[in-house]
Amino acid sequence: MAIPFSYSFRNLWKRRLTTILTVSGMTLVVFVFATVLMMAAGLQKTLVETGSPDNVVVVRKASSSEVMSTIERKAASIVEMLPEVAAGNRGQPMIAKECVVLIALKKKGAGQSSSHSNVVVRGIGTESMELRHQVRLTAGRMLRPGSSEVVVGNSIAKGFQGVGLQQTLTWGMRTWTVVGIFDAGNTGFSSEIWGDGDQVMQAFRRPVYSSLIFKLKSPDAFDAAKTAIENDPRFTLEARRETTYYRDQSRVMAKFLRILGLSLTIIFSTGAIIGAMITMYSAVANRTAEIGTLRALGFRRRNILLAFLVESLLLGFIGGCAGLFFASFMQFITISTVNFQTFSELAFKFTLTPGIILQSMIFALGMGLIGGVLPALRASRLKIVDALRAT
Amino acid sequence: MMLFKILFRNAFHNKLRSSLTILGIAVAILAFGLLRTVISSFYAGVEAASTMRLVTRNAISIIFPLPISYTEKIRQINGVKTVSYGNWFGGIYINERNFFPNFCVDPTTYFALYPEFVLDEAQKKSFLTDRKGAVAGRKLAAKYGWRAGDTITLKGTIYPGTWDFVLRAIYKGRDNTVDETQFFFHWAYLNEGVKRIWPGYADKVGFYMVGVTRPDIAPEVAFQIDESFKNSLAETLTETEKAFNLGFIAMSEAIVTAIQMVSFVVIFIIMAVVANTMAMTTRERTGDYAIMKTLGFGAKDIIILIFGEALVITFTGSLMGIVLTFPAAKIFSRELGTFFPVFLVSAKTIYMDIAAAFLIAFLAAIIPTHHAIRIRIADGLRRIG
Repeated sequence: MAIPFSYSFRNLWKRRLTTILTVSGMTLVVFVFATVLMMAAGLQKTLVETGSPDNVVVVRKASSSEVMSTIERKAASIVEMLPEVAAGNRGQPMIAKECVVLIALKKKGAGQSSSHSNVVVRGIGTESMELRHQVRLTAGRMLRPGSSEVVVGNSIAKGFQGVGLQQTLTWGMRTWTVVGIFDAGNTGFSSEIWGDGDQVMQAFRRPVYSSLIFKLKSPDAFDAAKTAIENDPRFTLEARRETTYYRDQSRVMAKFLRILGLSLTIIFSTGAIIGAMITMYSAVANRTAEIGTLRALGFRRRNILLAFLVESLLLGFIGGCAGLFFASFMQFITISTVNFQTFSELAFKFTLTPGIILQSMIFALGMGLIGGVLPALRASRLKIVDALRAT
Repeated sequence: MMLFKILFRNAFHNKLRSSLTILGIAVAILAFGLLRTVISSFYAGVEAASTMRLVTRNAISIIFPLPISYTEKIRQINGVKTVSYGNWFGGIYINERNFFPNFCVDPTTYFALYPEFVLDEAQKKSFLTDRKGAVAGRKLAAKYGWRAGDTITLKGTIYPGTWDFVLRAIYKGRDNTVDETQFFFHWAYLNEGVKRIWPGYADKVGFYMVGVTRPDIAPEVAFQIDESFKNSLAETLTETEKAFNLGFIAMSEAIVTAIQMVSFVVIFIIMAVVANTMAMTTRERTGDYAIMKTLGFGAKDIIILIFGEALVITFTGSLMGIVLTFPAAKIFSRELGTFFPVFLVSAKTIYMDIAAAFLIAFLAAIIPTHHAIRIRIADGLRRIG
């Protein structure tokens, strides 16, 4: 017969202060663990949702981001005429020839000149809006093609100075008026400024496109389009599905966050495990006589082992739940930082996924288990006579 | 004196618990020290910046170039001593994992502006005379086993194609705060290649490095430079090197702040562990305290006993942690040298370690002390621990 579960639970309750201190250590470790994973997941989710699987991005070969890429007008026209490009309702090819540059803008709430950050300015074509269903205008109106007007993503409107409605920006010896603010949901476009493609190219004296985005006629036409583009001797371009393109952009940053998170939590968990060990060893020491009595009553060594293990797993479980509880509040926070790979600002939310919940709970129970194993073994190895003799 | 003897005996009475706690503290202080060092190594570039140097770049953003013709105009400004220029090349060595910063610069002026890069005279001469020549930092050369005379091929990401260089010199840092992982080559070599592939983009530089005659006139010179290119196609933004480097850190501010916050979390975790140990110790010794009170010891003596015990335990652990930080930092900088070229444990970090140890000991002892003082002698004696 097993020792009832309530025995383990009541023991924890009896020594509340110790339990609370041990659990709070574990809570913090689980909190850090979950938060860092949530950050990496949020970043990846944002960039993956930015792309759509039907769209193809074409950039110059070997350029790791749109900003570095250059595509001649002639090459763009050749790609435009590919049979794999879908046709719109007026028969026009569904392709956007875009020009992407970075500008330095001042962040809100910072006085000195050092807190600039790089913001993407995207010169769009007529089909750009059509190709990105996530983008909705929330205030003002859309820019008129051929004018010095821009629309601003909501993350940029929130985080930077001088980009509110009707405010003006100055670059390329021209003044640009913000006429609208758009919401692109949880995607990278929310961290961009959009202007008219030809005007942006003219202002920055960059007579080439940065990237071409087109919709596939059918989702399985990708391989044909890729072969056609990459084998054409007239230019050196490469084609990637938009989803793959944006996932690649999150790789370095997500990996950095994961390595940081894992190494931190491994070090931190040592502290929490030691805490659990101290608690459990003292639980065993204080209850030596009790263990003797239990053994005398006929409970076996493995029952004792199990009872103490359950107690320490319970510590881990409470710690895990509390850590996740606090971590779940982090979902309300949006952070905005520069993505190392594209060198431009990107806003993303902490995202809690079922996978992270599972990983955190396993991690918490693991800490409880490792902390409890040695004390529980000691408890189960006690000799009945010695144990009963203890006061 | 006797109190101190008791205090030390108490601290190591339960050997298992004390050593576990000490181990925990050592790990926490080690983690705290390493995290603080990571943060300070983020700022290493700012610390190393000279007040004699200004950086001029395109006002729109760093990705836009400036015409080479600005060199002479900047040189004419009062207070300017040396003008050098360069481009971020962004080349990849073999594959993307082997990241190191690589720039093309105007070699004579650039190394005149950076006296902290120490070059062997003969090597320097052969670098200056070879247009395909390149200079690598000591750590970088050691990492890939390069020797002077080797051919190094980089794949361009901004400038397409593969580019061959001959390593002519290896620079050493004047002291250990100098970044020894950079790679430089001739701007003229890049410009020649650019002329071939995109004639329209030739004769452009990414940034100007401007040396001033006296540090106190730097702001005035910066203003003068920006003023001379106002309302031109390429307006400039000139900052001191320090402000320029700070700008880069400000971009990844969110991450630096996160690491900073996390470094304090580890202190809280270990505080919980130590507080737990102290709570257990005092609970077990309630009887002892009652006896001491009967013998005439006052609240003050009990405070000394408990706080002293907490201090002894935390300081033993902290000392171990601090001592371990140095070899750990060495391993860390060997493994992650590409991310953190300068990784040194600063004196400030050690002071913060000690302050953290005090804080842990103090906060962990408060509640148990409170309990121990308040307990009545009769209750204390009655309780069997």
